[in-house]
Amino acid sequence: MYDLLIAPFADFGFMKRALVACFCLSLGGSSIGVFLILRRLSLMGDALAHALLPGAALGFLLGGLSLPAMSLGGFLAGITTALVSGAIARFTAMREDASFAAAYLTALALGVLIVSLRGSAVDLMNILFGAILAVDTQALLLIAGTATMTLVGLAAIYRPLVVECFNPGFLAAMGVRGALYHYLFLSLAVLNMVAAFQALGTLMALGLMLLPAVAASFWAREVWSMTAIAAPMAFLSGAIGLLLSFHAGLPSGPTIVLVASLFFLVSLVFGTRASVRARLSHPVHLRG
Amino acid sequence: MSAALKLVDLTVAYDRHPAVHHVSAEIPSGEITAIVGPNGAGKSTLLKAMLGLVRRVEGRIECSARRIAYLPQQAEIDRSFPISVLDTVLLGRWSRFGAFGKAAKGDVHDAQHAIESVGLSGFERRPIDTLSVGQFQRVLFARLLLQDADLVLLDEPFAAIDAKTVTDLMGVIHRWRREQRTVVAVLHDLDQVRREFPNSLLLARELVDSGPTSRVLSAENLLRARAMAEAWDEQAGACDVPLRQTA
Repeated sequence: MYDLLIAPFADFGFMKRALVACFCLSLGGSSIGVFLILRRLSLMGDALAHALLPGAALGFLLGGLSLPAMSLGGFLAGITTALVSGAIARFTAMREDASFAAAYLTALALGVLIVSLRGSAVDLMNILFGAILAVDTQALLLIAGTATMTLVGLAAIYRPLVVECFNPGFLAAMGVRGALYHYLFLSLAVLNMVAAFQALGTLMALGLMLLPAVAASFWAREVWSMTAIAAPMAFLSGAIGLLLSFHAGLPSGPTIVLVASLFFLVSLVFGTRASVRARLSHPVHLRG
Repeated sequence: MSAALKLVDLTVAYDRHPAVHHVSAEIPSGEITAIVGPNGAGKSTLLKAMLGLVRRVEGRIECSARRIAYLPQQAEIDRSFPISVLDTVLLGRWSRFGAFGKAAKGDVHDAQHAIESVGLSGFERRPIDTLSVGQFQRVLFARLLLQDADLVLLDEPFAAIDAKTVTDLMGVIHRWRREQRTVVAVLHDLDQVRREFPNSLLLARELVDSGPTSRVLSAENLLRARAMAEAWDEQAGACDVPLRQTA
């Protein structure tokens, strides 16, 4: 048992760092995921994660496989995409989901093109799918810092963000610029994607954020309880995924995301609300 | 009688087509006024213009109210969002605690009191997605109560609401009137307007008439309103009505 569950983390530095990385990503990311779902932005968040690619690729082109260059590039590209597609949606009749899709396809193509200009196929694979076992101290600091900023930041803008989610007109009538909090939230989301992309890659950066949050929505209905369920689920996905990939020699990123998917499937079937089980079972109905 | 709101030659347009066209009118202070008109007559747009939520193309609005409360149409709210009745009502005190402050004990107490006075005692902890349309409208009225505004703007407060709830919420509106607050409500039930609202403003993009309800809602005026609202000219040229004198 010890050999199976503890030894990999105790004996290998890279596993330790990967585990800590998963812990931090779960802490910050799952609350972002919950809000992405509540704002019906899940797919847009996914598009946004892809949009990091050209920035990260540009950083790669200029600075090689350097974390600061690629992270900064990715962050700037993500923010720009969010702002530009938001602005397009506001100033034209185009809906935000359509403009996001347009931006993301452009970004993905651009990113792959830029990486292929200089890098090898391995580099491209690393950027697209990540390498959580290669997380070094520098990357760990970025991930931990992001988690801290996310928790503090979300706590600070919690109230206006919630109201902006369910009743934006009220904020406007109170003279509060809801868009400001929307973009602050999107910035935090992009920051989390940047932190996640070294570990999980741009294609799956959202996996640890979104899947546990979706799974949690089958168990809880308040923002806080959803987050409280999503965060440990995300961390468990990370830990189990790491162990599986260590013992079976599987690539870590997809394994972790697949474990998270498993949590999602189990919740989908057995969850306490709106799940398949809740749908199929015929409990006695209440008297009033 | 002083005016709580004075509309002076107000024009608001969407994509250059006017939704509210050269409207001048006064909303009497401390009274309840109904805004009536066919669909697409610019009623909601007029409310939003009063709130400053849509841009004016021309004209101006003079407002003497210090604090405005606004009830949007229900479609503008995501009722599936997981938030409790108490939290929703507490938002009415936004002007006191803002985005970052802490709600005082008194605020929570007042919120509970407001929930009670709209007949929803015991619903404090319920998430809003478990409420019926009528119950949720009561929640929004409780929030309005907490806003303690001297001008209350209601956009179709009784759309898809049952008779009992309408009666209860009308009670709240009359209470505001007794408290000398100004209420403006967009309404479709003309019988209700004739019964309960002494003042009306009949709108069909342009102002048909405003003043005592008995005069405004005449058969002749209503016919005119309908004819005006149905005309929407795709080829309309630029409007060159000169600025009218203030009413």
